[in-house]
Amino acid sequence: MSEDGRVNSEAAAQENAATGSRNKIVVQDFGFTYQDGIVALDNINLSVARNEILGIMGPARSGKSTLLRSINRMADAIPGVVRKGSISLDGEDIYADEVAPDDLRRRVGMVFDVPVPLPRSIYDNVAYGPRLQGIRDRKKLDELVEFGLRSAILWDEVKDRLDTSGLRLSGGQQQRLCIARTLALDPEVILLDEPCSGLDPISTLKIEEALSELKSKYTIILVTNNTKQAARVSDKTAYFLMGELVEYGKTKQIFTVPRDRRTDDYISGRFG
Amino acid sequence: MKRLDPGVTQKIVRGILVSFTALTVSILVFIITYVLLKGLPVLGWEFLTKGAVDAGTSGGIFPFIVSTVFITVVALAIATPLGVGTAIYLTEYTRETIVTKVVRFAAECLAGIPSIILGLFGFITFVLFLKLGWSILSGALTLAIMILPTIIRTSEEAIISVPQNQRDVSTSLGGTRWQTVTRVVLPSALPGIVTGIMLSVGRCIGETAAVIFTAGSALPTPTSVFASGRTLAVHFYILATETDAFGMAYGTAAVLIIAILTINVMAYWMMHRIMRKFS
Repeated sequence: MSEDGRVNSEAAAQENAATGSRNKIVVQDFGFTYQDGIVALDNINLSVARNEILGIMGPARSGKSTLLRSINRMADAIPGVVRKGSISLDGEDIYADEVAPDDLRRRVGMVFDVPVPLPRSIYDNVAYGPRLQGIRDRKKLDELVEFGLRSAILWDEVKDRLDTSGLRLSGGQQQRLCIARTLALDPEVILLDEPCSGLDPISTLKIEEALSELKSKYTIILVTNNTKQAARVSDKTAYFLMGELVEYGKTKQIFTVPRDRRTDDYISGRFG
Repeated sequence: MKRLDPGVTQKIVRGILVSFTALTVSILVFIITYVLLKGLPVLGWEFLTKGAVDAGTSGGIFPFIVSTVFITVVALAIATPLGVGTAIYLTEYTRETIVTKVVRFAAECLAGIPSIILGLFGFITFVLFLKLGWSILSGALTLAIMILPTIIRTSEEAIISVPQNQRDVSTSLGGTRWQTVTRVVLPSALPGIVTGIMLSVGRCIGETAAVIFTAGSALPTPTSVFASGRTLAVHFYILATETDAFGMAYGTAAVLIIAILTINVMAYWMMHRIMRKFS
């Protein structure tokens, strides 16, 4: 892995100069408790730099999805939850009163574990987000659809059948369609919640290729229960267990010299 | 006692179930053929396009067809937005609380009220108190109350059956709740909602008790919502109970049955097309 290579740090340095901060997302002392008293997350501290992929791994119910859904405020909708600490995007608290969740979600796109094409054509799926923004101009929509599909490395496979239903695609293509749909909004951050959990190795590889290319433009958080995927794709890795952030650091370090015994157990397959 | 061989039981049960099904179908087929055999000879261009003569014992049924369509369309125009709106509110905008349970229970009770009582209520409220008189509007309002529970119920079920992850996708792409409802939930729920509306159309067309008290039984073609009008079902009822013009009555019944069958077939065909378009 050479993910902490020069290109990345140069880009980050430029960003630093421009904004005074290298971090896109900062999670501080974050905690999340569901209505039934189950503590999903406790005292989480981590940050994601621009143009970096953070891999989050951990067993089921470790709180990784909850964290993801807290970053785009999808977890808000659940009644009776209690939140602690803060999450900021570009140094601004995303839970501040003046932040509208709809606006936030345009900047922070999300891809779910199961590919969910809406029951409409491939074109209309990708154009869904832009149309919500009130974009009606056909030429502009054409551009965004092509941009999204190209970025998700799906364009060549579907360019001749954009008006067929998104449901007709294979599982792997459907998931790339979902990524394309998110990208058509040109977000700043992309959250992926186990995007390859139901896919075969070749489809998985294609999505990982897409992610490596997308890194140059976006900040990415990838939740995965596949430790090898975290090792392959991410720059930094976080290991969650029962709502606790057990270990967080450079992917190389985590996978070669983990500091915590529990991380070692997990990545070497003795647990999880 | 010796236990019956399971193979034999199987055959007996199968026989019983088949005969039940056959009985059900044959009753339906019998009613339809009987009415059509008696009624079809009366049907003709004159019958469908001419007004009533001698209080409807001869002539045609054109005014009653107009009244029926008119009253059904107005009733649907009132009940559909109310019913679908209520269903959207109950499913998408509130959580399951005591209030939603009460609303749902009230709708169920409303569904259980006999239509003659609704007719009386419509008569007192719309005809007398609101001074709308015997009119298409009074009848349509009463029918709207009658079909409201069906529309709420079927719409609610259709909306609930839309997968949650489709809503999540819309939300995650920056969609507001209303955008999600109009662009994702309602298109997917449409077949179910339309089915409920079609069921309601059938009930409106066939209803007598709720309409005779509120829309009256005037013979002329109604030209506004404030005019009285006689629906096909009311006409049939009056012919059958107050006259001996049975030929006319069966002709009217045949038109009713053909109309309802046509609506059902059209609804089925429409659903099929919509489903194909979306999947």
